[in-house]
Amino acid sequence: MAYSDKLMDHYENPKNVGSMDKNDKNVGTGLVGAPSCGDVMKLQLKINQDGVIEDAKFKTFGCGSAIASSSLVTEWVKGKTIEEAQKIKNIEIAKHLSLPPVKIHCSVLAEDAIKSAIADYQKKNLI
Amino acid sequence: MLKFPIYMDYQSTTPIDPRVLDEMLPYFTEKFGNPHSRSHSFGWEAGDAIEFARGQVADLISANPKEIIFTSGATEANNLAIKGLAHFYKSEKKHIITVKTEHKCVLDACRHLEQDGFEVTYLPVDTCGLLDLNLLENSIREDTLLVSVMAINNEVGVIQPIKDIGGICRRKGVFFHTDAAQAFGKIPLDVDAMNIDMMSISAHKIYGPKGIGALYVRRKPRVRLEPLMNGGGQERGIRSGTVPTPLVVGFGKAAEIAGMNMQEEYESIKRLSNKFCAGIVDSIPDVYLNGHKEARWPGCLNLSFAYIEGESLILAIKNLAVSSGSACTSASLEPSYVLRALGVEEELAHTSIRFGFGRFSTEEEVDYALELIKKSVGKLRDMSPLWEMAQEGIDLKSIQWSDH
Repeated sequence: MAYSDKLMDHYENPKNVGSMDKNDKNVGTGLVGAPSCGDVMKLQLKINQDGVIEDAKFKTFGCGSAIASSSLVTEWVKGKTIEEAQKIKNIEIAKHLSLPPVKIHCSVLAEDAIKSAIADYQKKNLI
Repeated sequence: MLKFPIYMDYQSTTPIDPRVLDEMLPYFTEKFGNPHSRSHSFGWEAGDAIEFARGQVADLISANPKEIIFTSGATEANNLAIKGLAHFYKSEKKHIITVKTEHKCVLDACRHLEQDGFEVTYLPVDTCGLLDLNLLENSIREDTLLVSVMAINNEVGVIQPIKDIGGICRRKGVFFHTDAAQAFGKIPLDVDAMNIDMMSISAHKIYGPKGIGALYVRRKPRVRLEPLMNGGGQERGIRSGTVPTPLVVGFGKAAEIAGMNMQEEYESIKRLSNKFCAGIVDSIPDVYLNGHKEARWPGCLNLSFAYIEGESLILAIKNLAVSSGSACTSASLEPSYVLRALGVEEELAHTSIRFGFGRFSTEEEVDYALELIKKSVGKLRDMSPLWEMAQEGIDLKSIQWSDH
């Protein structure tokens, strides 16, 4: 698969790999995808009392596109409010990384991961 | 000195052996005649060369040179064998038996015949990739025309018991075809001792040129085929079209070299492959070898690296030219049907990589590959949520995944 330079850079030097304490009530965890489909993303967002995302970490099982998409969204969400982060669309991720058509689902998964992490945070904090 | 990327995809194709190329070159230039021209020395010279090469190919499988039909490769040979036989005998018998792990061209040719009113049985394999001989024997019916089973599998390297299968087919009076694209020149094959009626062969898998192969077609008892192409009636009327002299000359030479060095080359490949496999399994946990542990061609190792998706590993080890059973390298996003036929779970099928070893593989390359793989697997597992969960003792099967 021929990948863009931006994508390869995120794959080779992924940003924000790691885990946070999933029991911390300021941390929202999203786990999306399935091993049988070949991709699983775990995205964690640390959100402060003003609803601003202070930190983001990811771990991804998947192809190069999936890893790069996850890395990219951790960069994008940092400093954004929950509302702003929820507006990130898969199409922007796909465009930024020049994802090949068969890999568009990786960007969809990354968008789902953001939504899922925020939902987990809101559930924990009864928002 | 290592040269990058290191070639580890010998099942896909092989580089041409310099000795083969040397034999071919004059037939592109001064000896350019059409081998079917009977009226001048250009034609005679080319004609003699293809007959010599026919003998070299036949010798390697103990066949008569007259039983070798040159084709464009193994795909054409498989199509010719299956469709050519079926079309010739269609008024007598309408059932074909093959195996789920066959190459796509065999399966696709069979599917095509199903549309023409043939019935095809696709036999399963066990978790090691081997065919059950009792099941095969019991599947043969009154109207079974052909059994087609490959000798060595291209994805997992499993060797089927060809001699036993040939024996069953002869006893039951059905034709036996084997796709030997991965086996010809690598393991001993004898068409009489193994009761093989047709065998597909490719040159570029044995350090010969691409675009040439052959179908062995038995003369006694005679196997009759309807040609796929009509034309000048070359190759005993079975395969019309000018035989490409330089390619055939190269094919013959490649077969001769393979025959000369077979045992020696087998031992050397086995030694490298064993060293590689042991190096991986001893230092990386949760790695699984797909396919039978003994009944295998050592030059093909298909390994599943649990918790790492295959394509991401291929990207990480980009100094190694390998191939993957993972979906993500293909356009279809479906994991390998061969691994699925072996009962490899989809999770693991996504993590599989095929490593190939061949004539030009070196120990230095194996050592480099081992280090690179160990490092890359570590890095990717550190990035894998599945690995993290497995280390925490979470059973991944207990999780409700969101399939997409």
